[in-house]
Amino acid sequence: MLNKIYDWVDERLDITPMWRDIADHEVPEHVNPAHHFSAFVYCFGGLTFFVTVIQILSGMFLTMYYVPDIKNAWESVYYLQNEVAFGVIVRGMHHWGASLVIVMMFLHTLRVFFQGAYKKPRELNWVVGVLIFFVMLGLGFTGYLLPWDMKALFATKVGIEIAASTPLIGHELKVLLAGHPDIVGAQTLTRFFAIHVFFLPAALLGLMGAHFIMIRKQGISGPL
Amino acid sequence: MHRGKGMKFVGDSRIPAERKPNIPKDYSEYPGKTEAFWPNFLLKEWMVGSVFLVGYLCLTIAHPSPLERVADPTDTGYLPLPDWYFLFLYQLLKYTYASGPYNVIGGFIIPGLAFGGLMLAPFIDRGPKRRPLERPFATGFMMLSLAAIIFLTWESVDAVDWKAKEAQGAIVEEAAIDTNSDGFKIYQENGCINCHGDTLSGGAAAPSLVGTGLTPEEIAEIAKNGKGSMPPGMYKGNDEDLVKLSEFISTLEAE
Repeated sequence: MLNKIYDWVDERLDITPMWRDIADHEVPEHVNPAHHFSAFVYCFGGLTFFVTVIQILSGMFLTMYYVPDIKNAWESVYYLQNEVAFGVIVRGMHHWGASLVIVMMFLHTLRVFFQGAYKKPRELNWVVGVLIFFVMLGLGFTGYLLPWDMKALFATKVGIEIAASTPLIGHELKVLLAGHPDIVGAQTLTRFFAIHVFFLPAALLGLMGAHFIMIRKQGISGPL
Repeated sequence: MHRGKGMKFVGDSRIPAERKPNIPKDYSEYPGKTEAFWPNFLLKEWMVGSVFLVGYLCLTIAHPSPLERVADPTDTGYLPLPDWYFLFLYQLLKYTYASGPYNVIGGFIIPGLAFGGLMLAPFIDRGPKRRPLERPFATGFMMLSLAAIIFLTWESVDAVDWKAKEAQGAIVEEAAIDTNSDGFKIYQENGCINCHGDTLSGGAAAPSLVGTGLTPEEIAEIAKNGKGSMPPGMYKGNDEDLVKLSEFISTLEAE
């Protein structure tokens, strides 16, 4: 039955080459923890992706309850945390996932760095990886404001002041982020929400796509 | 790929009529113990993923994510702290030559050089050697940065009074207060309101008076003789009003 459906679609869209491109690639011995236990260091990149997927899914569920407005943001998070079934688990996964993704990404970066895996011909993939790192830090920073509690507001004020100390464009950057030269308030919350939920994830998906296509094209770096 | 004349298509589309076989590549002649990603290796990856997920869920259940009280921009006594992965950058801004007039050094130049160096690593460390010991400069600089990040994070965490931090953000329970009652008027007239606030929920200098669990006598005692950072003699009225005040406060319960 499934085969028949596959053949029916394949006849019309020729999906076999695409599917074989995704499925067929070798896993060399030196990256396979089943053969060399020390190869577990190669898991960090995959685990980063795994946590990222969890972040996207849990974030999608959080937006079903979250209201990005200064009157209701905290109330909606409080309700989600205390009243909604499994709300505390979903929010907890998103909260801890934010830390885990940084940890895993950091370990992945160190693995690639110390193995010198970024050398020719993989320079571009390293640059894209560092950009992903920045996007992740940006997601962490913007997500921190959204519950609109004391910590959120005052940590964001500090962060925006740091952004304002950027030479030349500091003031413009601050207004862009906060939506107002002096006030961290309603505008800031909606901007951070938009950045956290639309702008940065879009950038992240694009960069991750580029990261994976480059790995597939070049293959994983050889043993040391 | 078939080219040129004789190509057959499905209908009037550009899909070739000839089907390609959907079979995996043969890895038996690849060097070493090379494995196919699909499905052999992916199954193992999922096992690692499940173990990781169990640990992740345990963490989530053991430590529910924190939520402090609703943001109050007027509370200037609150000491903010960023998320742990920004602490090293935050700590850097506390040093003399990285803050105040030198803010641009701590906030921009040092992090800019570090992250810029990280991004451009492949163009700085250009030799063909890959082993860490064979490229001492790259390894050395990374070790130095790691040590700096760990040290700065440690210093930052060490400087925080975690108990006070938890208390300053705790969700405060509020009570319905009858602002026309005698008790509230006495509370206002004696200046209690200056520290304990107009909702009696406390502030930077004083604790909340809602749901204290104290008897009126104990409250009267504190009003006269003080407690903790509250000096004695704050209450200046007569004894009759003191009874009204302490009874008013002792009946405050969170909604």
